[in-house]
Amino acid sequence: MANFFTDNPDLKFHLTHPLMEKIVALKERNFADKDQFDYAPMDFEDAMDSYEKVLEIVGEICGDIVAPNAESVDQEGPKIVDNEVVYAKGTQENLGALVNAGLMGITLPRKYEGLNFPIVPYIMAADIVSRADAGFVNIWGLQDCAETINEFASEEQKQHYLPRISNGETAAMDLTEPDAGSDLQAVQLKATFNEEDGKWYLNGVKRFITNGDGHVSLVLARSEEGTSDGRGLSMFIYDRNNKAVIVRRIENKMGIKGSPTCELVFKNAPAELVGSRKMGLIKYVMALMNGARLGIGAQSVGVSESAYREALEYAKERAQFGKPIIQFPAVYEMLSTMKAKLDASRTMLYETSRMVDIYKTYMHISEERKLEPEERNEMKRYQKMADYFTPLLKGMSSEYSNQLAYDSLQIHGGSGFMKDYPIERIYRDARITSIYEGTTQLQVVAAIRGVTTGGYLDRIREYEAMDLRPELHGYRRILIGMTEEYVHAVKTVLEVKDNEYVDFHARRLVEMAGHIVMGYLLLLDTQRDDSFKTSTEIYITMGKAENASRAEFIHNFTLDQLGIYKHV
Amino acid sequence: MGLKIIVLAKQVPDTRNVGKDAMKADGTVNRAALPAIFNPEDLNALEQALRLKDRYPDTEITILTMGPGRAADIIREGLYRGADKGFLLTDRAFAGSDTLATSYAISCAIKKIKDFDIIIAGRQAIDGDTAQVGPQVAEKLNLPQVTYAEEIISVNEGIVAEDDKYGVPHAKLAEELDLQIKGSIRVKRRLERGVELIETTFPCVLTVNASAPDCRPRNAKKVMKYKHAKTVTEIQEQSEDYINIIEDRPYLKIEEWSVNDIETDHKWLGLTGSPTKVKKIENVVFQAKESKRISSDELELEQLIVELIENHTIG
Repeated sequence: MANFFTDNPDLKFHLTHPLMEKIVALKERNFADKDQFDYAPMDFEDAMDSYEKVLEIVGEICGDIVAPNAESVDQEGPKIVDNEVVYAKGTQENLGALVNAGLMGITLPRKYEGLNFPIVPYIMAADIVSRADAGFVNIWGLQDCAETINEFASEEQKQHYLPRISNGETAAMDLTEPDAGSDLQAVQLKATFNEEDGKWYLNGVKRFITNGDGHVSLVLARSEEGTSDGRGLSMFIYDRNNKAVIVRRIENKMGIKGSPTCELVFKNAPAELVGSRKMGLIKYVMALMNGARLGIGAQSVGVSESAYREALEYAKERAQFGKPIIQFPAVYEMLSTMKAKLDASRTMLYETSRMVDIYKTYMHISEERKLEPEERNEMKRYQKMADYFTPLLKGMSSEYSNQLAYDSLQIHGGSGFMKDYPIERIYRDARITSIYEGTTQLQVVAAIRGVTTGGYLDRIREYEAMDLRPELHGYRRILIGMTEEYVHAVKTVLEVKDNEYVDFHARRLVEMAGHIVMGYLLLLDTQRDDSFKTSTEIYITMGKAENASRAEFIHNFTLDQLGIYKHV
Repeated sequence: MGLKIIVLAKQVPDTRNVGKDAMKADGTVNRAALPAIFNPEDLNALEQALRLKDRYPDTEITILTMGPGRAADIIREGLYRGADKGFLLTDRAFAGSDTLATSYAISCAIKKIKDFDIIIAGRQAIDGDTAQVGPQVAEKLNLPQVTYAEEIISVNEGIVAEDDKYGVPHAKLAEELDLQIKGSIRVKRRLERGVELIETTFPCVLTVNASAPDCRPRNAKKVMKYKHAKTVTEIQEQSEDYINIIEDRPYLKIEEWSVNDIETDHKWLGLTGSPTKVKKIENVVFQAKESKRISSDELELEQLIVELIENHTIG
């Protein structure tokens, strides 16, 4: 009888952010659908009420079905029967409940039978599902792929595939190959155009494909013979009904064991080209990955939430030396720091989601009518910020989820190392978040541009100028000090004028920016709701010390020292 | 085939998570302290109706509930899960009804609805645990009833050919009992020591056990479609805008019936129609002071069993 939405007031707090009024008005095109669809909202309040009511359904299904199934799903896992993936019994039950509840095409337009929700409530649903079962969110959350189809495919393809996803078919994104992981330019899977029937056919192998046997797959393939880089790759849709792909094996993983990770063999598999040839990697995969990275941000936050809750409950119950262990400084410090990191990553998750919402909605509007100059500028501004924030979010929240899982297990002591408590599964599940959809190291490669171009600094200055109650000004002063320190560190690194040197310090600089950004976001949350004050204070105190150590490292480092790190 | 199904549902205080303030000092239930919910077994009943609708999409499901104005929530909850419409039976005249008066009022409402094939109710409500209303409704409407139902195996329209295996042809039996027959239904019952397959004619009444499948979740689109569904009383409390919407969308109007909307004899209603009189309610507090430790040896266990049988705790 648990509800993972209503038992966590922080979710409603983020759902009701002031910027939602703008997001909803854009997404609903000033409520134009209300006369055409009986489930479309009439006004802003009606829309917000709908999001809340639908999230209550998500919360109930997660509390009553998905979370209780997590352990058996982890043990049973999916299997291959006659070349096809069969989910664990619990996974089938989870999926059945979410499909029946109509929670599959959450962000898709109503004309494709979706709910036409903004990204914010969709990501919130992903946050909730991840808390219940981080492995299951991969199957459910691949509805992200539909967004890419909606963005780039032809109207005919949209009409064919999107309603199927809205009604419960699952998706997959087939990118990785044995020799093309982080470096997707090396993709080999071959797409050949048959002049006779005017169709594309795929041949080759894909590896590590989450939900590889999904109904609708987006496949990155080499369509231009003789090419060897990213410019020879195109994006295709493969429909499972063609039965031309064999699931050769399901990987035996350390965590997220309920999610089938497949090796696929394409044997003359008919496929449809999405958008233009040669744009597969350059344009479409980038969009797909950005969406997926936001999703991993949500997954990381959900995992952090569950790790924190498990630790808190255990620390309150477990008594040693005559009192509950939560009363010992070593334990309460860990717990309150965990909560601060959780709150910090969640506030950045929704900040990023709002940015994505605004620019993507403008992008869709621009297909319907010409944007006004100020609208176009706004779209570009938010797109740029979203591009900076997405890797920062993915990188930092996934690392935090690992830290929270680690500390939560630590608080459990010896019991945490046993299979008796959920934390051992959460600990294993957390581990992948900083690896897939681009490792933390690759997020840093994407995020460092936000450091070198001043993108983060611009946003930080905007936060700095926002209204605060007088009693919160002290926190702002600390953050301004941290910003000066950050600017100085960036300048020091860039002055060396050596790309490898920048790469070497990149993670330090990106994390410094991250601490300041999240410190401000928590402070702005506190401006709206005092309950975030504790986390704000703890996070800023921690961030200040963390940044000081990074600055210290940078200022005491010279280009010559780089050499000794190469002796490995 | 399209069936017409009436689901009887009740709004009850959630007695499953009882806190300290669940009872008032006088021993009555403190309804304010307990959230009002859809009676759990009525949800099992609704799921059975929805499964018939999955099988026969032309099926129409009507929720019938009796209670105060806020019981309209039960109808909305039904609509969110796939029911088509609902009736709220609400009037001060029904206040204080025991199971007899309740089943009388409900059967009068069903007579007014008139056109139905199957009535499905939960076995019992968690506030009273009587399991009487479903069977009493069946008796008052002179319908066959199957209690403890767990699954509806099949539904066949029309009178089956080889129907005299009980020695009496259905048609003849129907005539004798003054039953109208539209078809036959096969139902699995869950009993204490096994299952039983029953075939009966419909119209009929089924009461469904908690062992039947859980009800499906609310559906997002249906929630958004029906969240503005209101009874006449509720509409009056709404702003102008919403009144217009409800006028444009007739499916948003929940029928509300008072005692004057159905044909009844007042002496069978409410407190006057309720022979059950509560004499005394005892607040039982379990205390551990009477606890008894026994070891795991055979002899002590046997003694315990004998003792428990003697004082009728078991057996």
